[in-house]
Amino acid sequence: MATHAHEHHKESFVSKYIFTMDHKMIAKQFLVTGMFMATIGMIMSILFRIQLAWPGESFKFLTFFLGEKWAPGGVLDPNMYLALGTIHGTIMVFFLLTAGLSGTFSNLLIPLQIGARDMASGFMNMLSYWFFFTASVIMLVSLFVESGPAAAGWTVYPPLSALPQAIPGSGLGMTLWLVSMTLFIASQLIGGLNYIVTIVNLRTKGMTMTRLPLTMWALLVTAILGLLSFPVLLSAALLLVFDRMFGTSFYLSDIYIAGEALENSGGSPILYQHLFWFLGHPEVYIILLPALGLTSEIISNNSRKPIFGYRAMIGSILAIGFLSFIVWGHHMFVTGMDPFIGAVFTFTTLLIAIPSAVKAFNYITTLWKGNIRFTPAMMFSVAMVSTFISGGLTGIILADSALDINLHDTYFVVAHFHIVMGLSAVLAMFAGVYHWYPKMYGRMLNMKLGYAHFWLTFVSGYGVFFPMHFLGLAGVPRRYYTNSEFPLFDAFIDMNVLMTVFAIVGSAAQVIFFFNFFYSMVRGPKASQNPWQANSLEWTTPVEHIHGNWPGALPEVHRWAYDYSKPGKDEDFVPQTVPLAEGETDGEH
Amino acid sequence: MTFLIILLVLLVFAALIQLVRVFELTGKLKGNNQDRIDFKENRFRAKLWLVFGAGYFAFIIWLIVKYGPVMLPEAASEHGATIDSVMAFNWAILFLAFAITHVLLFYFASKYYWMPNRKADYITHNNKLELVWTSFPAIVLAVIIIYGLSAWNDITDEAPSNGINIELYSKQFDWTARYAGSDSTLGAANINFINTSNPLGLITPETIETRISEIEDEITKLEGDLEEAPEDGLKEEELTEKIARKNRQLNKILAYKRKNEVEPYRSADDDKLVKVEFHVPVGVPVNFQFRSQDVIHSAYMPHFRAQMNTVPGTITEFHFTPTITTAEMRQKTGNSEFNYLLLCNKICGAAHYNMQMNIIVESQEAYDKWLAEQSTFTSSETAELRNQINEQLAQN
Ligand code: HEM
Ligand SMILES: [Cu+2]
Ligand SMILES: [Cu+2]
Repeated sequence: MATHAHEHHKESFVSKYIFTMDHKMIAKQFLVTGMFMATIGMIMSILFRIQLAWPGESFKFLTFFLGEKWAPGGVLDPNMYLALGTIHGTIMVFFLLTAGLSGTFSNLLIPLQIGARDMASGFMNMLSYWFFFTASVIMLVSLFVESGPAAAGWTVYPPLSALPQAIPGSGLGMTLWLVSMTLFIASQLIGGLNYIVTIVNLRTKGMTMTRLPLTMWALLVTAILGLLSFPVLLSAALLLVFDRMFGTSFYLSDIYIAGEALENSGGSPILYQHLFWFLGHPEVYIILLPALGLTSEIISNNSRKPIFGYRAMIGSILAIGFLSFIVWGHHMFVTGMDPFIGAVFTFTTLLIAIPSAVKAFNYITTLWKGNIRFTPAMMFSVAMVSTFISGGLTGIILADSALDINLHDTYFVVAHFHIVMGLSAVLAMFAGVYHWYPKMYGRMLNMKLGYAHFWLTFVSGYGVFFPMHFLGLAGVPRRYYTNSEFPLFDAFIDMNVLMTVFAIVGSAAQVIFFFNFFYSMVRGPKASQNPWQANSLEWTTPVEHIHGNWPGALPEVHRWAYDYSKPGKDEDFVPQTVPLAEGETDGEH
Repeated sequence: MTFLIILLVLLVFAALIQLVRVFELTGKLKGNNQDRIDFKENRFRAKLWLVFGAGYFAFIIWLIVKYGPVMLPEAASEHGATIDSVMAFNWAILFLAFAITHVLLFYFASKYYWMPNRKADYITHNNKLELVWTSFPAIVLAVIIIYGLSAWNDITDEAPSNGINIELYSKQFDWTARYAGSDSTLGAANINFINTSNPLGLITPETIETRISEIEDEITKLEGDLEEAPEDGLKEEELTEKIARKNRQLNKILAYKRKNEVEPYRSADDDKLVKVEFHVPVGVPVNFQFRSQDVIHSAYMPHFRAQMNTVPGTITEFHFTPTITTAEMRQKTGNSEFNYLLLCNKICGAAHYNMQMNIIVESQEAYDKWLAEQSTFTSSETAELRNQINEQLAQN
């Protein structure tokens, strides 16, 4: 590629900030959009947590937010409760932790860490963002329709999601949900294809696959998972659209509702669940793998020590990616599926625990005998190792079909997935933002605010979700508007209050982050080129963003990304661009 | 109020800005820029991990002490006891794994903090160590899998033939339990037979006749409306469509009628329907079948460690043997109001949170007595109709 194509030239505001094809700007667009959506999702969780802590009590501001229809007299309406949960789940899983997380860091880091001028197709990259943006807008619009937003849970199981007679949210709200998700899937496919092609084809000279930073491996496998599984969700959604609008019976059979026997016959709601979870399970790894990739990088860098077991880490990522496609049935143990198939899914699911354990051990061993700098990013990363282990272990219980009989759909599940997926990925995403902020905005975030934000977020995270294990073990079902109809659950009234208080504190802590984020953008201290003394290529680019990333020729790579504290070197880091000395070996030797 | 909130938000922001200024100034005074780390502060942060670790463990212990006693009481079914022991076994392993990894994590984090003149050890990997920590979890998991799956196989085995047969039927938003009656067979059912007096859509010669005449009446009424409706309007289209639907429904029912003439649908006659509370005898296997009228629900009976989804269009099954009577459990828990519960555990709409039924486990005698008191589906009210129909059938 000729360098003159990348010289600075005056750009209009629109082509620089809005319809931009520059991967660095697109990354920022994904980040800010994701943060915005997350704020909405977070506020929703506060609204329904208030109902759970103080069921039936009147809070004027609920009516202020939701109107007289959905919060009459300051008390949340049960249908709205379900709708808030549904949109909260959808936003957090898809808009924050899929698009927000992968979208931000794939875009920012892929070209920079492999030594490419930009993504393979800048145009498709731009499309990916605008599909995502439109999907977000439609999802938000769906909040305002007369019959309410989708309310059948983020998994939108039919028949509940197919029949407006069953729940008001399954009217126009559900239609908009499906339209939004269709655009969202398109965004993921376009983006994912681009990420894969870029990593495979555009690596700079010397950047072999086994010299890639682990972030790249994680993001590569993530994109492959998305490419293979999102189309299945799309087909599930399309069949649902057919059932809703054109009278087909893919998912419907023998239903009597609202005084009428429907004519649908021969369909199976279970078919939907198979299709949904064929995406749904890989989806949790689409969320988790980028989180693991980012923290691998940050932990190694701040421990000033090579990541332990680089090849084993790659192997684990690949094994997890592969296995994630053959475990979806663990969400369906009590649907009446054949017990033998249930047993197979138990087996495959528990297999995933092995590569996951390897990863956890590797993290811990990386800290061992390190020289650790606790930057805010490092604090978040260490915290993520803790949540990954805590949440992962309860997965072993849920994977055991015999044990899942009594825990399925209880708060134990809510505790499990919030800790292993929600907390881990959110903590890792924060870690990533703190670590790469200088790369994104050329300035440093304020560290003190970072620590305050970290501790409040981390402690509240466990404070909200850890007690939920106990609710689940006591048999409290999820998606209950209130637990007060069962004297059995009265023992947990004060626990529900405790969790809500933690949720409010944790959410309030995000104000600190938002402030830091936007304030530092204009007032933060200017960043140096390589503020964390890191090895990977992104830190060899100039602080000021330019098209094409490197002013001159592309950098050439001579070693892996983990030469931290290598014996015989003056500094405790050796950038990938430094040629090997005479007799020096590269990588895991 | 709104004004106060806005004021508060503004104040918080102003305070944050001032705070940052102070941080920046003190940073400059100390002469460290943001790239450099302060040794003491960094060591402090390292030690905080120990504090956090201790706090985390303390929190868990507090939760166990405070809420342990209000967890579910011991399993009240045979297979439930097995599940509880598998669970206990898994917990033992998980607690150990949790404790070891967390102690190491927090210990390493607190110990290996940055020192200006030290270099980290350059350790890239260690094949022996990695082999151990890959194969050790693999072995432990193998045990977990074998133990768990053997329990699963027992639980999901064929339903025992000496059990009683009960159907749990879900709809928005309540449950109905149906007992098979003296023939131990649950009669057939279909949605086209559902009306107010037959909420489960049971098929008997009587319900066939009733539905046929009901639908014929409806069709007559609709045809009357159609004649009055303005021609070519939307209303006409709608009515025509409705009539066509009703005719299709009628045909489905007539198909049952033809089958009925060959072999009468009689097994639902003695079925017994109960609401609010259902009884089961202790020590006898209960074979449940589940059906749903509208959307997916889930029959969750946590005290028996039992759960199965109810899926429209499909019949699902589960069976268990209760081992502890309600009276015994009241004694054990010291709660004289204790009741076994059936809850809905699959999101099904607005009142999902309140779809419950009590389950009474009692001695065989008490159960027999209770069941005898329940009226059968085709009770005395319809006896006359039944006699007529039986005569007709005999003539055919
Ligand atoms: C402010 C922090 C959060 C709080 C207080 C919170 C709380 C909750 C609660 C109470 C539920 C409802 C459980 C139920 O009734 O079944 C829920 C559902 C859910 N949450 Fe969160 N959550 C938070 C953050 C997150 C994050 C970061 C994620 C990302 C993974 C997430 C994903 C979900 C999902 C997928 C559901 C299920 C929605 C459904 O039932 O359809 N949440 N959350
Ligand atoms: Cu899964
Ligand atoms: Cu329900």
